[in-house]
Amino acid sequence: MRGRLTGRIEGLLLGLALVALVVIAVVTVGGRFWWLPPLASQHGKEIDTLFTVTLIVTGIVFVLVQSLLAFLIFKFAGSEKRRAIHFTENRTLELVWTIVPAVILTMLIFFGGRLWSRIQLSEPPEDAFEVEVWGEQFRWTFRYPGKDGKFGRTDLKLVSVENPLGIDKNDPASKDDIFFFAGEENLHIPVNKPVVVYLRSKDVIHSFYVPHFRVKQDAVPGMVTRTWFIPTKKGEFEFACAELCGLGHYMMRGVIVVEEEEKVNQWLSEQLTVGDVLP
Amino acid sequence: MEHVRAETVHHHEPKSFWTKYIFSQDHKIIGIQYLITAFAMGFIGMVLSWLMRLQLGWSGKQFPWLGKLLPQAVEGGVLKPEFYIALVTIHGTIMVFFLLTAGLIGGFANFLVPLQIGARDMAFPFLNMLSYWVFLLSCVVLIASFLVPGGPAGAGWTMYPPLSSVEETLPGSGIGTTIWLISMALFIVSTTMGSLNYITTILNLRTKGMTMGRLPLTVWAFLVTSILGLFSFPPLFAAAVMLLLDRHLGTSFFTPYMIVADKPIPHEGGLPLLWQHLFWFLGHPEVYIVILPAMGIVSEVISTHARKPIFGYRIMVLSICAIGFLSFIVWGHHMFVSGMNPWLGTAFMATTLIIAVPSAIKTFNWLATLWGANIRFTTAMLFAIGFVSTFVTGGLTGLFLGNPPIDIQLHDTYFVVAHFHMVMGTSALFALYAAVYHWFPKMFGRMMNEKLGKLHFWLTFIGAYAVFFPMHYLGFMGVPRRYYAFDQYQFFPQGAVSDINIFISVATFIVGFAQLLFVINFVWSAFKGQRADRNPWKANTLEWQAPSPPPHGNWGEELPVVYRWPYDYSVPGAPEDYIPQNVPSVPVKVGSDGDDKGEAKGNDESR
Repeated sequence: MRGRLTGRIEGLLLGLALVALVVIAVVTVGGRFWWLPPLASQHGKEIDTLFTVTLIVTGIVFVLVQSLLAFLIFKFAGSEKRRAIHFTENRTLELVWTIVPAVILTMLIFFGGRLWSRIQLSEPPEDAFEVEVWGEQFRWTFRYPGKDGKFGRTDLKLVSVENPLGIDKNDPASKDDIFFFAGEENLHIPVNKPVVVYLRSKDVIHSFYVPHFRVKQDAVPGMVTRTWFIPTKKGEFEFACAELCGLGHYMMRGVIVVEEEEKVNQWLSEQLTVGDVLP
Repeated sequence: MEHVRAETVHHHEPKSFWTKYIFSQDHKIIGIQYLITAFAMGFIGMVLSWLMRLQLGWSGKQFPWLGKLLPQAVEGGVLKPEFYIALVTIHGTIMVFFLLTAGLIGGFANFLVPLQIGARDMAFPFLNMLSYWVFLLSCVVLIASFLVPGGPAGAGWTMYPPLSSVEETLPGSGIGTTIWLISMALFIVSTTMGSLNYITTILNLRTKGMTMGRLPLTVWAFLVTSILGLFSFPPLFAAAVMLLLDRHLGTSFFTPYMIVADKPIPHEGGLPLLWQHLFWFLGHPEVYIVILPAMGIVSEVISTHARKPIFGYRIMVLSICAIGFLSFIVWGHHMFVSGMNPWLGTAFMATTLIIAVPSAIKTFNWLATLWGANIRFTTAMLFAIGFVSTFVTGGLTGLFLGNPPIDIQLHDTYFVVAHFHMVMGTSALFALYAAVYHWFPKMFGRMMNEKLGKLHFWLTFIGAYAVFFPMHYLGFMGVPRRYYAFDQYQFFPQGAVSDINIFISVATFIVGFAQLLFVINFVWSAFKGQRADRNPWKANTLEWQAPSPPPHGNWGEELPVVYRWPYDYSVPGAPEDYIPQNVPSVPVKVGSDGDDKGEAKGNDESR
């Protein structure tokens, strides 16, 4: 009898622990005490919606399954007097818990796939604002295409102290390009306008991570990657490196200044071009 | 029916201490060797995590005592960044490969496979011994990297080049990374020998009556896991060799031309993404290599201690196979934002989310197994229940990360750290503990102390949630992983992040010390524990029908004969609430042991 009682108590305790887990999880997540950074981009709204939908779906499953587990171990705690039932298979039940998750997951795949293609597979509009973001241990730098809207050719073999990005000054498209030395300037982009960011790296892999924009894209040496977005708020936003890149990874911070398009153009017109700097 | 002859034991019983316990070819001893080595490595991995938590909880604070202990790594009482990322790297490597893979498969596949299928040993006992010794060598090599100039590898357990291929990019990318790669290559050699052995043994050495449909789920899991290992580890071996060539012979498989600190690096045209594909082609099956045996163990433990047949045996086997197959085509979900073609991202999203279906089926089947059960809350059972809980928690967060638009935000944040520590760290470790508490009596012929075991469970269960659940919040706030300190940014609230980090660190120390209870219990019980009889849990599988511990060759004169599936618990009308696999369905007259039972293949035999 004593064994039976301790079994009951242990089932109860573990059940209660699981219930406590459910309560704590629901209160702390539902209360949004620690939440996503405030949103500042257009596509981010849809990401946040998909995030919330997934949170609700998984939240319901979490609460139901953990509570059911708690109930079962409390209810069916051992006893010498009783025998367990003999229950080996039930086609209907098995079909239910195959089909229901499959349907839910198919819906998530559908929503996710649709959004993913809008963010990643769609081409940015022709008149989008373009900029190159370069990563190097442990700083960021930028290049703008200038008035002709074209980036000149680059080759890392041309890199020198004066020419940190290896821009080919003989390429006519380079002449009006504007570049900065690493850490010299913040990234200036226009508000409410599509912005295309081409990502490049001079050394190891970095990742361009703008928490408020819901943007993250690796910068890989030897290739150019691309991401595009529409900032919806003016102001200064931090961006970080999200791919382990060495000792200074944790302090590879950059700042994006989002302002009116005229202001950005004004600022750009005040900068020296490749033609000015690399005669 | 043919008489089951006493097989001649295929190698002589060793007599000396050295051949019996050290250079042993006995699968039981090798299993225990693997297990103890894995736990020793896990202990090192845990101490490394303590050092990481010291830095993350109180970054910038000085620990003079630590500076005295580790003068090179902790200068003036402050952990150096190179030491921190070395800790990140080696902790991950140890826990994934050297604790979980080696413990669950090296330990339990070795110990259980021959016993549960009614064989005398592995198909290739010498290969088995070799597999352990190569594994031990890979452990020693890895730990040796703490002693070399520049310290251990520091590019993360994923070892992405060019950070890992060019020495100038990181102090740990010198000799430390070479050693890491050699250790990994040795580990893969060892795993391949093991996998071949398990597959051959399971397919060829099953005793009479042990059809595939009567295999315990543990053996099914070990079989599928071994197939995964056999096909997915060799690509990483090839990749490791290629990375070594990039590093030492000037090839450019993964390394493009780069400028590091104004200095040109003479490589040309290498593809960093190629490594990521090769790495994750192993790296993702790897998490299933860890979790499938865990699932098999948990199915066995739950069924036994719930005194109920596992629910839906057939669909459980199908799910194991489905997970095994799908695990080969989901690796790209680690690379959604890597620069990989986004169309591939769509395909990998679909396969990744689909793999949740067999996982969900398994979870519901465990719950159905508990329905109407007669649960005995042994320590093994508690850990198995803990597995189900943590597997559900960690599995669900996978639905965020497997969905690429959400992954854009959460990738490489603490949300990922929370996810995989929950679903493959904590839950797999719980399964490993469940296995030890469950099979310890068979291994050592003695019981573990249940009171100490339960204390260990409660501290670990609550502690693991306290450590890993709050990491989801850090992830929500966008805090990136593998950061040495968080003082450079304002996009997350500094105060809250710091508070949560201190909370996690304190919990880590408590849960860490709780593991000492396990060590004490293990060592003490191995020598002084209460003597165990053959079948202390009244279980059905064959290993419980052998003496505890089983002798060399396991079965004495005659091999056991199997008449039924392993889950005949609480069969109505049966005298006991369990019927071992070697009990014929029609009672035979006393004295006929295993012979003339051909007629026993009655209808009421469930499988």
